[in-house]
Amino acid sequence: MHIMEGFLPIAHAAGWWAVSLPFLVGGVRSLKRIVKEKPSARLLLGAAGAFVFVLSALKLPSVTGSCSHPTGTGLGAILFGPSVMSVLGAIVLLFQALLLAHGGLTTLGANTFSMAIAGPWISYAIWRGARGARLPRESAVFLAAALGDLATYTVTSLQLAFAFPDPAGGFMGSLMKFMAIFSVTQIPLALAEGFLTVLIMRALAVYAPGDLLTLRRTKEGKVAP
Amino acid sequence: MKKSTWLMMAAVAALAVVPLFIHAPVKNEEAFTGADGQAEALIGTIQPGYKVWFTPLFEPPSGEIESLLFSLQAALGAGVIGFYFGRASGRKQAGKAV
Repeated sequence: MHIMEGFLPIAHAAGWWAVSLPFLVGGVRSLKRIVKEKPSARLLLGAAGAFVFVLSALKLPSVTGSCSHPTGTGLGAILFGPSVMSVLGAIVLLFQALLLAHGGLTTLGANTFSMAIAGPWISYAIWRGARGARLPRESAVFLAAALGDLATYTVTSLQLAFAFPDPAGGFMGSLMKFMAIFSVTQIPLALAEGFLTVLIMRALAVYAPGDLLTLRRTKEGKVAP
Repeated sequence: MKKSTWLMMAAVAALAVVPLFIHAPVKNEEAFTGADGQAEALIGTIQPGYKVWFTPLFEPPSGEIESLLFSLQAALGAGVIGFYFGRASGRKQAGKAV
């Protein structure tokens, strides 16, 4: 899902930065609020960020014969809400842009939007929707993490098709080509991320039930889904 | 551990390993290249005249250095997660002892 440095026309690069900035500002606010209201959750917040660090470093082979990586943003979105993930995801992307020449500073706005904003928000929406529809907890976690992962790569394809429409097939033609590279490759990886996220949630329920409860307790003392 | 926990761990491993065997190697073609790089190449075919207008400030000088930095990224993340679960399980045991 990394759009390489300089690989978006200036207007697109600037446009995606402009779209992502308000989410980052909101993310910093959300981060500050969580740290202030639930100081005991700080370490778990770090672990959720670390999960993104690990998963986005693992480039896995896929059935298409190419490699890609999961994102790990669904876990944090379920635990802390999607807003804070914009910051955690952007930190990971910045690390990769500066040290690994993976992604870039000019494309950081676009990459932040796909991995750290669209993915987590879609994960969160699916998580809430699935719990609202009374789906079992673990099925909801699985769907949220797997589909959020897939969504990130679909958004990258949309961004690239928007910037580089096919001379013959236009936007849709280009979208199909980019999705063939990104989204199809991502399907098995998204399933793996879904399972891993369920496994981590299980481990949290065993070792840190207190932390989970702190998070689910809203201001009114009610326990969220 | 629950049986389904083992099954899910096996599924994750299988999802990562099985592609290595079911994807037939094509002659003269590098297998399992990165999707990001393929997309980059596709941009070149869709819009051959596109000029990259900004280049990375720093690039890992070799594939080895690149894999070093990727391992560092994974190791840092895994360390923090391990620390978190270590503390959580220690806290749980201490709670039981009281």
